Amino acid sequence: MQTLSNLRRFIQDSFRLMIQGNNYYYLWVAFLLLLILAGGVAYTSQLRHGLIVSHMRDQVSWGFYIGNFTFLVGVAAAAIMLVIPAYIYDWEPIKEITLLGELLAISALVMCLGFVMVDIGRPDRFWHIIPLVGRLNFPQSLLAWDVIVLNLYLLLNWFVVTYLLYCSYTGRHYVKALVLPLVLFSIPAAVSIHSVTAFLYNGIAARPFWNSAILAPKFLASAFCSGPAILLVLLQVLRKTTRLAIKDEAIFKIAELMAYTMGFNLFLTAAEVFKEFYSGTEHLVFIQYLFFGLKGHNALVPFAWASVATGLVAFLLFLIPQTRKKWLTLNLGCALIYTSVYIEKGMGLIIPGLTPDALGEIFEYTPSTVEVFVAAGIFAIGFLVFTLMLKVAVPIMLGEFTLNRGVLPNVE
Amino acid sequence: MNPEKPLKPISECTPCASSDSRRLFLGTAAAAVAGALTGCGKLSMDEFLQHNFRELSKAEIQHVIARLEKEYQEKYGKAVQVGVDPALQGVIFGYALDLSRCIGCRRCVHACVKENNQSREPEVQWIRVLQMDKEEGVNIHHADPYYAPDRVPEEGHFYMPVQCQQCKKPPCVKVCPVGATWQEKDGIVVVDYNWCIGCRYCMAACPYGARHFNWGEPTLPVEELNTATHYLGNRPRQKGVVEKCTFCIQRTRKGLYPACVEICPTGSRKFGNLMDPKSEIRYVLENKRVFLFKEDLNTQPKFFYFYGV
Amino acid sequence: MVRFLISFERKGDAALGRVLLLAVIILLAPLLGLADEIPKSHAQPPSKSSVTQDIEVPAPPLTEGIFPCTACHDNKTLKPNANRRSLGMHDEVQLRHGPESRWCLDCHDMTDRNKLHLVSGERIEFTTSYLLCGQCHGDKFRDWRSGIHGKRTGRWDGKKQYLLCVHCHNPHAPRFQALQPMPKPKGPGDIKLRRGGAR
Repeated sequence: MQTLSNLRRFIQDSFRLMIQGNNYYYLWVAFLLLLILAGGVAYTSQLRHGLIVSHMRDQVSWGFYIGNFTFLVGVAAAAIMLVIPAYIYDWEPIKEITLLGELLAISALVMCLGFVMVDIGRPDRFWHIIPLVGRLNFPQSLLAWDVIVLNLYLLLNWFVVTYLLYCSYTGRHYVKALVLPLVLFSIPAAVSIHSVTAFLYNGIAARPFWNSAILAPKFLASAFCSGPAILLVLLQVLRKTTRLAIKDEAIFKIAELMAYTMGFNLFLTAAEVFKEFYSGTEHLVFIQYLFFGLKGHNALVPFAWASVATGLVAFLLFLIPQTRKKWLTLNLGCALIYTSVYIEKGMGLIIPGLTPDALGEIFEYTPSTVEVFVAAGIFAIGFLVFTLMLKVAVPIMLGEFTLNRGVLPNVE
Repeated sequence: MNPEKPLKPISECTPCASSDSRRLFLGTAAAAVAGALTGCGKLSMDEFLQHNFRELSKAEIQHVIARLEKEYQEKYGKAVQVGVDPALQGVIFGYALDLSRCIGCRRCVHACVKENNQSREPEVQWIRVLQMDKEEGVNIHHADPYYAPDRVPEEGHFYMPVQCQQCKKPPCVKVCPVGATWQEKDGIVVVDYNWCIGCRYCMAACPYGARHFNWGEPTLPVEELNTATHYLGNRPRQKGVVEKCTFCIQRTRKGLYPACVEICPTGSRKFGNLMDPKSEIRYVLENKRVFLFKEDLNTQPKFFYFYGV
Repeated sequence: MVRFLISFERKGDAALGRVLLLAVIILLAPLLGLADEIPKSHAQPPSKSSVTQDIEVPAPPLTEGIFPCTACHDNKTLKPNANRRSLGMHDEVQLRHGPESRWCLDCHDMTDRNKLHLVSGERIEFTTSYLLCGQCHGDKFRDWRSGIHGKRTGRWDGKKQYLLCVHCHNPHAPRFQALQPMPKPKGPGDIKLRRGGAR
């Protein structure tokens, strides 16, 4: 009975936290709501006319939506990047960061599911994919696997975060026997969501660009860069705007780990490039299209090289201690990594996989206005979820906001 | 501007048909939300709740067919028969196409569109004829589907029509997350248009570009509607689902040749029962030089290309 | 169908054949009453003659009003002339078929102009002209009889309509005529939402 009323107060107080803030907070939330509204309008048009309002066609049947989905699965998986050192080595400064990482994972997963939902042609039939209610083609279809693992991972992260915050709110110590196994389980789960997403493409023999065993390791390596890149910037922001104390040491450590994974990611890209160009089979056309263009079609070329260049520069910035420990170059590196992976795991993965198409036709896909707006709306939803969760999580994490205190803290 | 014939949407939102009290447990709200998601707000409860075709009982199938026929009647003012003929026993269909004879006239493409009620706008075509260079041989990277000379065949070229290869190991079936596509006993790979969620994973997985998506509301002229249909074949489709060649399931399960075989002026297209050693298709396999398109992918097509000369 | 079953059992994998035979018999049991109507000759394995017997072909594409040829070539007012020469008549015929030495009476019968003749001298009807073509084009003839060369319509599991060689190949100029192709598909960039929507 006590628990129930506590829970109710936890939820009520959380809502109160969410709706209170300074002008910047309101402005930010209003901006996100505006984007969501724009996305909603665009999506309504898509619902009415069908996916014909996108620029996807039979030749390139997946595009911007699925590209963003793939990238964001990587961001979600990257939470483990922070869980591993925190929980395995019981490494003090990183523990709060882990919670933030899990919040990021939740937001990323919300966006992932959003992108899948807007990409399907019959969203009214979403229930067909619900296990037991619909008819899930499991274990045959990797997409069925993905549905399961993504939702499980979302549930897992959501539960751990909520439970930890709730314990902190009520001032009790969390039950380690419950949390530890879940957190430990979330590590292989994170690896699996990204591997399964890689396998989704990897298993398709019809698309040689994807049909490479290197794809899953490359997914993991790039995810381990892009997720933390967002967090590093975020941690600096939170350090400035809240009383959250994060030691420089933690940030630099994360940056160092990112340098290694980025180096590995670049190595894997080089291995792929070598294999394709040296063997020179007919499968070469896809990577040729990506890096050099084919028959005068070269929309992706500048992006492909930008991805390699930014990845390389970021790798060097994070590898050299002097630049790694300087805020300007560190943040520049984060932006570069984000750019690099966003191209590589988004359009740089989906489009060359489908161009030329199965019958050799080259159709140059670029997202339509509707696609861009819908995507912006989904990103806004993700950021809004993240913002609202942070708004609650940070004061609770800092112990500023508990059941007994009951009063709203004067955050920023 | 130009006086085009009015095209009738194939699956315009239809008013709520009968509702089945057994199924009301999900509540009208769910259907309303789903209706909103289709973008037309009028999705019948029955249609929303319809289960995968393979899981329907005989009575449920009858119910579904009656509903569909009623909907089509309302839409076109024409009686449309929706058949559910099962696979014939002892029959596995095979198809052979003579590359040495095809002249690329595209009669098959357009006969297929008519027979199978493909959307005219936006255009959906199940057969794609590739013009290839004789110098290059079968090489999709030297293929042109958009050739348009005054006369075909053109010097120095040969033609390769591509449609669903009805693989014995269909990658599209494997990847479908909801089991909306499957292989029938006679080898035909079919789609349940009422179960497909439109994720297009099958299109990514198909090495032959044989699957097509209804990007918009499919339309076709009422006077060209083929009213002899099959549930798993040429019945009018909806927006947002995938479709493909079914070897004219509505014809071939009645013993007829597919429409593309019937129309081909050069007789390049051969069709029959692979289980029948006396069939034309078996003759081709046993006496001609045959190749499988993208054989290395081990999809094991039942569509064979051969050289008749 | 009966013919197919018998020859299947004889030639095919015996065990599989029997199973299939049984299955098909059970399937066709209601139809077996019809079997009596099928002529005995159909129950024989296909020979050249039996195949041609049950091949259904439309009438040969003779020029309108030209048949019977004996209306003019009556051997009385118009006497047969076996000398190879250019004709005053039939100038629509441009012979582009095989070597220079070939001419009309290689195929058309001199004494009975309503008929064609084989190399052996045997006279045949225009409706069986494939026998004539088959003398030189043996491989095509074999494929045609098996349903491989040329167009087939009808039923894959039963009665088919064949075309004569001459339906597709003008015997005087046999090269298959070029056709105007039907419209090309729309490119992906041209598939757009119609103005005012699809409805």
